[in-house]
Amino acid sequence: MTDAAPPKSERWQIQVRALHKSFGAQHVLRGIELDIERGKTNIIIGGSGQGKSVLMKHLMGLLQPDTGHIYVDGEDIVGLDDVAIGTVRRKFGMVFQYAALFDSMNVVENVAFPLTERYRLPRAEIMSRVRDLLQRLGLPGVEAKFPAELSGGMRKRVALARALIDRPKILLYDEPTTGLDPIATKNVDEMIRRTADDFGVTSVVISHDMASTFRIGDRIAMLYEGAIVASGTPQELLAAPHPALREFVETSGAVRFDAKGRIL
Amino acid sequence: MTDGPATSPAPAVEPGVPPAESPSVLVTVASVALGPPLKFLAAFGEHMMLLGRALAWIVRPPFRPKLFVEQMEFVGVGSLPIVTLVGFFTGAVSALQTVSALKLFQQERWVGFTVGVSLAQELAPVFTALMITARAGSGMATELGSMRITEQIDSLTTFAVNPIQYLVTPRIVATILVMPLMTMVFNVIGLCGGYVVAIVMSHVDFGQASELYRYWTDPKDYYMGLIKSAVFGLALALTACYQGFNVRGGAKEVGRATTRAVVYGSVSVLVLDYFLIEILSLIWPFGGG
Ligand SMILES: Nc1ncnc2c1ncn2[C@@H]1O[C@H](COP(=O)(O)OP(=O)(O)OP(=O)(O)O)[C@@H](O)[C@H]1O
Ligand SMILES: [Mg+2]
Repeated sequence: MTDAAPPKSERWQIQVRALHKSFGAQHVLRGIELDIERGKTNIIIGGSGQGKSVLMKHLMGLLQPDTGHIYVDGEDIVGLDDVAIGTVRRKFGMVFQYAALFDSMNVVENVAFPLTERYRLPRAEIMSRVRDLLQRLGLPGVEAKFPAELSGGMRKRVALARALIDRPKILLYDEPTTGLDPIATKNVDEMIRRTADDFGVTSVVISHDMASTFRIGDRIAMLYEGAIVASGTPQELLAAPHPALREFVETSGAVRFDAKGRIL
Repeated sequence: MTDGPATSPAPAVEPGVPPAESPSVLVTVASVALGPPLKFLAAFGEHMMLLGRALAWIVRPPFRPKLFVEQMEFVGVGSLPIVTLVGFFTGAVSALQTVSALKLFQQERWVGFTVGVSLAQELAPVFTALMITARAGSGMATELGSMRITEQIDSLTTFAVNPIQYLVTPRIVATILVMPLMTMVFNVIGLCGGYVVAIVMSHVDFGQASELYRYWTDPKDYYMGLIKSAVFGLALALTACYQGFNVRGGAKEVGRATTRAVVYGSVSVLVLDYFLIEILSLIWPFGGG
């Protein structure tokens, strides 16, 4: 593919070009082309084991691709050294599939972790920022608890607090609602939506859940057999669905199509 | 290079052997025979790389003394009860056997020296290392393994924290520092166990026994044990961290990594023990006094 960097764009915060990644003989990502729109909620859907988590880890440099480029605000982050990638990572917050809170730390220590690691701030300031954020996310009174003492939904919210505390520009969510009951799912969806609006961040959300995808997504991209086979606004996607997307959407029962591929 | 026309390269086989099959036979035999040693070498190399990285991070900021203290507490204070218990009974059993053997020659007063030296050189460092492998090594492998599968290690990276510096370096350094201390504790408690059996229960004369112990025991007996224990600490912590850090998959894999940490850790302590005796005997020759 072309090696020329795409022009720095106001509209696209992250641009992925011709990204390939193999683990041993397994070719997981096969030429990903993906654009993430600034300030919007971008959803990546795809079946289990299609490489969604792997793709997301590439976006903030947790994995290095075999070939290809990832431009974050126009800067290619592939092959940056430790220090440079550290700077890039400060733009990101990530909410992992299983929250990934530190078991050995309580909620306050978890949420404060990015601040205590990155800056020398007075303790009082850290505490007030942590308290403030927990309050905003509807988590009062959990400060001294340990992750093991929280429910799955609360753990996700604490993980979100930890991802948000250093005011990132981009938030990555890996399957935020998997394993939650429908009510908790709805709450987390609302939380993602509200976070996007209140904090003005660009969100990238990996999801299996078609209902939430169409509820909160501004843009949707479908990962199938190592490539993005369809992407656009929900309306664009449903207007002319790719067969794989159609099957995915239909089996989930969120949207139905007639024989000609129109939405019922 | 060749004098003939450049066709396909001649297969390097002995004459009379069908060329189509022999390479595969050779390769098969070679891979069966060399597989295990090569695997061992590869694993050894990976351990050394992890160790190199962990040590290199000691001198690079940011420094987090709290993590080191926490690990020293986990390895040391946490293992104190088991080390005390095992130390006491090791000293006691050792005294029991020594006394019954020395009784044949009416030489029981040598019990203090005999038990003291065997504790100092062998029993204390090896048993302490085995106890700490079972308790702290398994704990490290489990903790790092579950941090790996629940993506806590990845999440450290997202905050631009190096997971080796944050997790592996403190564990290895703390274990190296704490092991000699625990070995000294084992020595002291072991002598207490010996005292109870030999002096209290078998009525060996304490004045004579302690006199002989003081006269014949050399500081080098203790130095040897302590140097060995520090090396054991390095080996067991490195093994445990390697196993935990490299878990792939689910909870079952964490369990298997923990088992491997204990088995490989214990085996490497015993194997290293032999080589360390050989090496240390160059510095302090046997019977040198
Ligand atoms: N570090 C790794 N080493 C080797 N293989 C890996 C690694 N990470 C992922 N894989 C493989 O890559 C493939 C895609 O994994 P990934 O976790 O991205 O799937 P996913 O789309 O997120 O699935 P799920 O919805 O189940 O989370 C899987 O087959 C997985 O085994
Ligand atoms: Mg995943």
